[in-house]
Amino acid sequence: MPKKVVIIDYQLGNLFSVKQACDYLGYDAEISFDPEKLLRADYAILPGVGAFNDAMQKLKVFGLTEGIRDYVKTGKPMMGICLGLQLLLSDSEEFGNTPGLDLIPGRVKKFEVQSNGQRIYKVPQIQWNTISEPEEGRWRNTPLNVCKQGDFMYFVHSFYASPHDTRYVLATTAYGNQTYCSAVIKDNIFATQFHPEKSGLYGLNIYKAWFNQFAK
Amino acid sequence: MENCRVIARLDIKGPNLVKGIHLEGLRVLGKPEDFAKYYYENGADELFYQDVVASLYERNSLQEFISATAKKSFIPLTVGGGIRTINDIREVLRAGGDKVCINTAAIRNPNFIREAALKFGSSTIVVAIEAIKQQDGKYLAFVDNGREFTGIEVLDWAKKVEAFGAGEIVITSVDREGTGEGYDIELTSTISSGVSIPVIAHGGPGQLTHFAEAVTVGKADALAVASVIHYDFITNRRSDMESRSEGNISFLKSGRTRFGKIQPASLHEIKLSLHNAGVSCRI
Repeated sequence: MPKKVVIIDYQLGNLFSVKQACDYLGYDAEISFDPEKLLRADYAILPGVGAFNDAMQKLKVFGLTEGIRDYVKTGKPMMGICLGLQLLLSDSEEFGNTPGLDLIPGRVKKFEVQSNGQRIYKVPQIQWNTISEPEEGRWRNTPLNVCKQGDFMYFVHSFYASPHDTRYVLATTAYGNQTYCSAVIKDNIFATQFHPEKSGLYGLNIYKAWFNQFAK
Repeated sequence: MENCRVIARLDIKGPNLVKGIHLEGLRVLGKPEDFAKYYYENGADELFYQDVVASLYERNSLQEFISATAKKSFIPLTVGGGIRTINDIREVLRAGGDKVCINTAAIRNPNFIREAALKFGSSTIVVAIEAIKQQDGKYLAFVDNGREFTGIEVLDWAKKVEAFGAGEIVITSVDREGTGEGYDIELTSTISSGVSIPVIAHGGPGQLTHFAEAVTVGKADALAVASVIHYDFITNRRSDMESRSEGNISFLKSGRTRFGKIQPASLHEIKLSLHNAGVSCRI
């Protein structure tokens, strides 16, 4: 049986580039907002760009807040990308305080525009930036196992995730004078703040490693 | 860290990649997909497709290029030209584009920026500003590839664009575009210092020194480049281009290896020049 991949569609963000990456790697991914289909998937991807509270509202409308939690309980692999990572946290400081999916304890915070005299660090951060392993060995047996310290990935975001427990921080990235969490891992949940599907071959390798890790 | 993006800009007319001067006098350079593939494989940080006639003839012919490119190039792809409605944006994204670039429609109806940003997220919405310097030194915004005067001052407009929710601004110097005289540093710096969203400099580079200058002095967050890399590509791949191109290819057939003030260079050479000048970027 070919493995079923569901890309969770809550009508925000660019799902098609995620689908192109799956296609390229030989996985037929279905874009769907149906929680039933999600529950039957072998792999689920939660992408997204846009506003946190808007996204949470849309997930609720489609019954996906419960749908995603139910899926994660099955132990099957879930990958979050960009806003899809942030939604996994407990809450976001956007518009005061907006509750998230609360699958990873922590808060989503906004970047401040910074200047070091020479350069202004603009918000959103839109650029290729490097990822680092928070401590040696952390990437072992994770999809980032295929990466090297300082590999460049493509980032587009104004907010970043701050998990309460550093055990869940899989990668860090520096912007301005701030070092923040750029990938998380917790049991069957893996998520990146950057866009692996837009990060060239290195990014595609992360998808491939994620698929392979759970291919049985 | 702040890393400067180098964006390969491809101006497209019908089936061809074209290049002009001051956004006019377009020459056929070849098939856009050949160039895009090459740039993707050789270190472009992003691709930027601009349909240069869509706005004039009220049509949008980029869909097939977008799809073909998105299937093979796993870096961000921005598409501009003739984007007028929410549905136009949806079609670009469905075809595989990541961001859209709006100019004419934004000036005619600034609320379109707000509507689009709310619908698709700010980071999907790039606004292009085409600037022409006036005799009194003011920069005014134009639309339809520098053909139509709007009377709007560019800095005022840039601030408004940011307030309406755009994620990025491409600032084009129509005066410099295609000339090889260098980016308009004054223009770029004015806009980039005046807003807190990223600004992409566009129009004018002809030599390697122009790139770092636009970042260190011009404060650009990203650089769009066209002629310099296109001429490098066709100098190396001329025969392929001739056999595969349609339309007026007299420019290609002329066998030129000199391009006025524009010295051909590869993306890698551009990035090395940035690195050597102390500007960090992905190499």
